[in-house]
Amino acid sequence: MRMTSVRPLRPDPPQEPPALHLRAMDNLAFIRDTMEAAGSFTAVSGWGMVAIGVLAIIVAVAAGLQPTESAALNIWLATAVLSPAIMLWAMARKASAARMPLLSGPGRKFVLSFSPPMVVGALLTLVLYRAGLFEAIPGVWLILYGTAVVTGGAFSVKIVPVMGMCFMAAGAIALFSPPSWHAWILGAAFGGLHIAFGIAIARRHGG
Amino acid sequence: MAKHGAARDDSRSHERLRGGTVRRAAKHAAPDLDRLIHERMRLGIVSALAVNDSLSFSDLKKLMGTTDGNLSVHARKLEEAEYIACTKSFEGRMPKTQYRLTAPGRRALERYLDHMEALIHATRDR
Repeated sequence: MRMTSVRPLRPDPPQEPPALHLRAMDNLAFIRDTMEAAGSFTAVSGWGMVAIGVLAIIVAVAAGLQPTESAALNIWLATAVLSPAIMLWAMARKASAARMPLLSGPGRKFVLSFSPPMVVGALLTLVLYRAGLFEAIPGVWLILYGTAVVTGGAFSVKIVPVMGMCFMAAGAIALFSPPSWHAWILGAAFGGLHIAFGIAIARRHGG
Repeated sequence: MAKHGAARDDSRSHERLRGGTVRRAAKHAAPDLDRLIHERMRLGIVSALAVNDSLSFSDLKKLMGTTDGNLSVHARKLEEAEYIACTKSFEGRMPKTQYRLTAPGRRALERYLDHMEALIHATRDR
């Protein structure tokens, strides 16, 4: 004989409402998610970019005074190590001021998309440096940095990929221009573009 | 709307809490919760405007996944409290409504964030 299913006489006791701090955390997560979805907050620090731009202009002047292109490139290489540290510090400050984790959804996507072209740029620099093809390095740097900014900027505010395209254009010019122009192009791009776009980002997108 | 309903439930259950250390901790942490932006839809509007110069009605509607009527009601409440400001204009023949966060609105969001953080700390430090 088939038996019907048995229902418990007493229903389960009502569940405790979630603790206040859990709801507070949920509210904070909601605020963060909404800000991210609104798409205008960018963890990229405008003021950090301005700082990098000023540094790049100083470096461009110093590199221009060097007797050889390899000596000038060494100065730029040192700057390439210092600049990400400045930007990371500025981004951490900006995220902290906005009470958002640095590597929140869009921030994480930005880093994941930004990194591959930068890694390729580092490897190509090594290859070109060892081959003595110094004159190709500025153009490669600018194009790949621009590519990284465009791909990373796809998850950020519109102005970020636009800046990336400007760097790519500067890189294309550098690749087909005489080596004597390279110091100026590097200074104008890494200095001028960072400062101009940095001010625009700082004003419009929270610092 | 599901999100809206969840927020209302959240608000009601919040009021239903009686007694116990959690309530004492909450009282200690923050005595004056801003009910106006505690509601999910309004909290969403204020949060979205906090990271944009301004947003159009249709941007906000898309972002919050809500209806015209629901958004209008909540936006009006925020306007009445002077948390947001509304500008109406025409783009060609199409009417366009832009919202932006006012200084009191930004301060209210900051107070709310402080409030939530205080609640978390108060209950964690117990």
